Amino acid sequence: MHRDEIPPGTLYLLILKTLARTGEMHGYEIANSIQRISEDVLQVEEGSLYPALQRMLIKGWVTAKWGTTTGNRRARYYQLTAAGRKQLSVEMSQFERVIGAITRVIEAV
Amino acid sequence: MEWLRELARRFRMLVHRREFDADLEEEMRLHLELRQEEQLQSGMAADEARAAARRRFGNTTYLKEESHFAWGWEWFENFLMDVRYGLRMLRKAPGFSAVAVLTIALGIGATTAIFSVVDGTLLHALPYPEPEQLVSIEDELPGVGARDVGMNEPEWQDLERSGIFEYVSPAWFDENNLTGAPQPTRVRLLIVAPNYFALLGVQPQLGRAFNREDHSPGLLTEVLISDGLWKRSFGGDPHVLEKSVRIDTDLYRIVGVMRPGFDAPGRTAEERNVEIWAATSFYGAPMVDHPPRYRRNLPTAIARLKPGLTIAEAQSRVDALVAALQKEFPVDYPARNAWTVRLVPLKERLVGNVRQSLVLLLGAVGSVLLIGCVNVANLLLARASARGREMAIRQALGAARSRLTRQLLTESVVLSVLGGIAGLAVLFSLKGFLLRILPGNLPRLNEVSISWSVLLFALGASFVAGAIFGLAPALHAGRLDITHALKQEGRGSTGSGQRARTRRALVVTEFALSLVLMIAASLLLQSFRDLLNARLGFNPENVMSVRTRLPEPNDTAIDKYKTAPQEAPFLREVLRRGATLPGVEEAAIGDSASIPLDQSQRELNLIADGQFFFTLEGRDIQSDQPPVAERSRVTPGYFHLLEIPLQRGRLFNELDNEETPAVAVINEAFARTYWPKEDPLGRRFKSTRTGSPWIAVVGVIANARTESLAEGEVPQVYLDLYQTGAKRLAIFLRGHLDAGAIPGEVRQEVESVDPTLPVFDAQTLKETVAASLAARRFSMEMITVFALTALLLASLGIYGVISYIVSERTHEIGIRIALGATRGNILGTVLLQGLQLAIAGAVVGLVGALIVSHLMAGLLYGVRPTDPLTFVGVAILLMGVALLASCLPARRAMRVDPMCALRDA
Repeated sequence: MHRDEIPPGTLYLLILKTLARTGEMHGYEIANSIQRISEDVLQVEEGSLYPALQRMLIKGWVTAKWGTTTGNRRARYYQLTAAGRKQLSVEMSQFERVIGAITRVIEAV
Repeated sequence: MEWLRELARRFRMLVHRREFDADLEEEMRLHLELRQEEQLQSGMAADEARAAARRRFGNTTYLKEESHFAWGWEWFENFLMDVRYGLRMLRKAPGFSAVAVLTIALGIGATTAIFSVVDGTLLHALPYPEPEQLVSIEDELPGVGARDVGMNEPEWQDLERSGIFEYVSPAWFDENNLTGAPQPTRVRLLIVAPNYFALLGVQPQLGRAFNREDHSPGLLTEVLISDGLWKRSFGGDPHVLEKSVRIDTDLYRIVGVMRPGFDAPGRTAEERNVEIWAATSFYGAPMVDHPPRYRRNLPTAIARLKPGLTIAEAQSRVDALVAALQKEFPVDYPARNAWTVRLVPLKERLVGNVRQSLVLLLGAVGSVLLIGCVNVANLLLARASARGREMAIRQALGAARSRLTRQLLTESVVLSVLGGIAGLAVLFSLKGFLLRILPGNLPRLNEVSISWSVLLFALGASFVAGAIFGLAPALHAGRLDITHALKQEGRGSTGSGQRARTRRALVVTEFALSLVLMIAASLLLQSFRDLLNARLGFNPENVMSVRTRLPEPNDTAIDKYKTAPQEAPFLREVLRRGATLPGVEEAAIGDSASIPLDQSQRELNLIADGQFFFTLEGRDIQSDQPPVAERSRVTPGYFHLLEIPLQRGRLFNELDNEETPAVAVINEAFARTYWPKEDPLGRRFKSTRTGSPWIAVVGVIANARTESLAEGEVPQVYLDLYQTGAKRLAIFLRGHLDAGAIPGEVRQEVESVDPTLPVFDAQTLKETVAASLAARRFSMEMITVFALTALLLASLGIYGVISYIVSERTHEIGIRIALGATRGNILGTVLLQGLQLAIAGAVVGLVGALIVSHLMAGLLYGVRPTDPLTFVGVAILLMGVALLASCLPARRAMRVDPMCALRDA
């Protein structure tokens, strides 16, 4: 199965969007969710979620608290903050602008 | 505010960083386990499942580090690690650590001590609200060469109304007799305007200040007293405010007691330690009623600028005012006087005199610290060669060069801060002692303390020192050649060529600095010695002076000593009684100006009695500024008692009295200045004060350095005390005196003549002479101590470097000896190396010393700042020390056994 590297700089966007959709998740769930929804196309080097999550914690986009999984194990759940929601819309519009521009360039005749 | 919250989150992470790491670890583990379980369920073997999970996850260690670094604290954690490592390294080399820490402790301790004085006196703002608005008003007549001539009541009113100042207050320092307390005391009194305390912005601790609106004529009948006087003379009595006291027989009511530690902003210690403040609007008896403008009877004035006005702005407005006044009163302000009014920051008036000495001291002690740093740098370099392999291994294992440099720098800063702390500890324990050795007339002495700024300075100095001496070894570590270092067996002493060059450069610096200090010290020493050996022209041996003072009541009706004839019986009686005291062979009385070399009274003499301006008979008055001379009033026995020889004419005698014409004895300098080609005997002059009689010169005495040790030719004139009278008196006694008993005995005798008179300031003349040198002695002694320390450190430095060079070259020396070099050759080579360093240091140092000695020219006496003998002498001395210090290692080199040296290598 062929998997594509995610475009650089979009990891935050993916995490933010995932959390926005589902409320709260732990790291493993986030990784799985991204993979599932992208229909296994987007491959995240799973470990790299964690440094990204740390940076998002510093920025105050997400908060983390410990909880238990359905399998009754301790896991750290991440949740979007108001600042995170705002950041999501910033990243979204930025992404759309870039994609739009790229599309225009490659579709130009 | 978002960045603040972010900072808070980062800080929380720093505090709980172990927890954070554990959380991260657990989180990642969970992730891996869940993935592994998923793979297992899809039918993979256990090993394979784990490997796959790991593959998808990535490099755990790297990711953990990334996550950790994201918080941005790794520099701090590295720093902590380096500090811990540094401390461990220091413990491992206790000898080295002790020497280094002690050197730095000495340097930081001494530098901080001097800095605390500089901080308290020069840097701190004055302890009044908005101190930058406070100025001293100084009138000058540069056209006739007169400085600080004071002002008068009309000018004060002009300034008050000018709109430039919030308040202006003249300040008139005087001494008075205080009676009403158990013992009559002499008190230091400051006569000010009623707005004085409002001007300074201070409140008394008890009672109230003057009513600043009170402009009634004459002196107010209210006074404020100092905390010291309150405790001393009134036992700290809380009901003191209801008391009345007699000051020079006039009655005053005490309305306030100032706070402890409140000093008047004056130039000398006497002017600062005011004990009583009296107020007046400077008109109406006993003041001169609205005096003419050319009479400058108010010695000094201070003022507070209007808020928002800078000194420069105020100065230009004052200049305009002065110009307008000169136009309005052309007779009082002749153009050739070039009258100017200068606004000087009040702090400058207080500390201007000591700035040069203090800055010199700080420079000297800073140099000692720097030399100490250089020594420690040398020690560190020596150790660095021993640690060469350690550094090479660390680099081989992947340590970045910058990281190694940082680690070594941290180690030296740790060392230096330890030294700084040790230095401060010593400073704290010696605080009392150190404060005692400061000269007592240092301004703002009570503000000298180990304050926060001083602590901050010590900390900063430690950091800087650590960075300075750590820099060379740290940079060298960065430039290490790994392969070369690792190949070397045993002592991995590589890069030694370069390191040796650095060490030599350091020693040269050290020598240059020491030379500068040594030259500064020896110039000061010579100045001091010359001053001590100056031919005094009088004999201070076995002489004591005791002071008393006659009251000057404002109410002349109650003045017992109004005229000279009224005073004469008192003088005669005190002299008669004084001569009968045990051990006394001779007695004389003079005014306070007649006490030789008495510094404490100088300003007061000028203020209270004024300078003695006079005109010569038969001489055209050439300028408005008449000649001025030092004037003393003495009884006939004064000259014989002090052994000042008569050159021509006669001294005063019993036939001179109030009935006979006024006579004067002058010194040779006076004769030479005013009658250079004529016989001064019989010539006449008179004071410029209206109604003064002509005074005839009857005798010429030899010059004596009674005014200043540094000046041998000051024109001086002596008047007969019986003819002139004086209020501020000094009783001189010569003989085999019991210095402990005399003050009491004199007090008894004076009191039996007049029980209201204070008796104070008993001193042997030798003490007075020594006191006049106290400030000079202090800077001379300090600089000498610093210079000797510097010399010691520098010789240790050169010893270290030469030893190092010898041990590095043992192998080579062995070969040379084996090839037939004589021991003498070897000795010569090694000594030459030491000498080369010393010469290089001396050349650099001589240039530095030339600059420094010119800057301190004002502190020198009798010796030129470029005295060649001093420069050459000190340079030779330093080279001698360098040779001596090189001798020990040179002898070791000489005794190298070629067999051993070659086998060991």
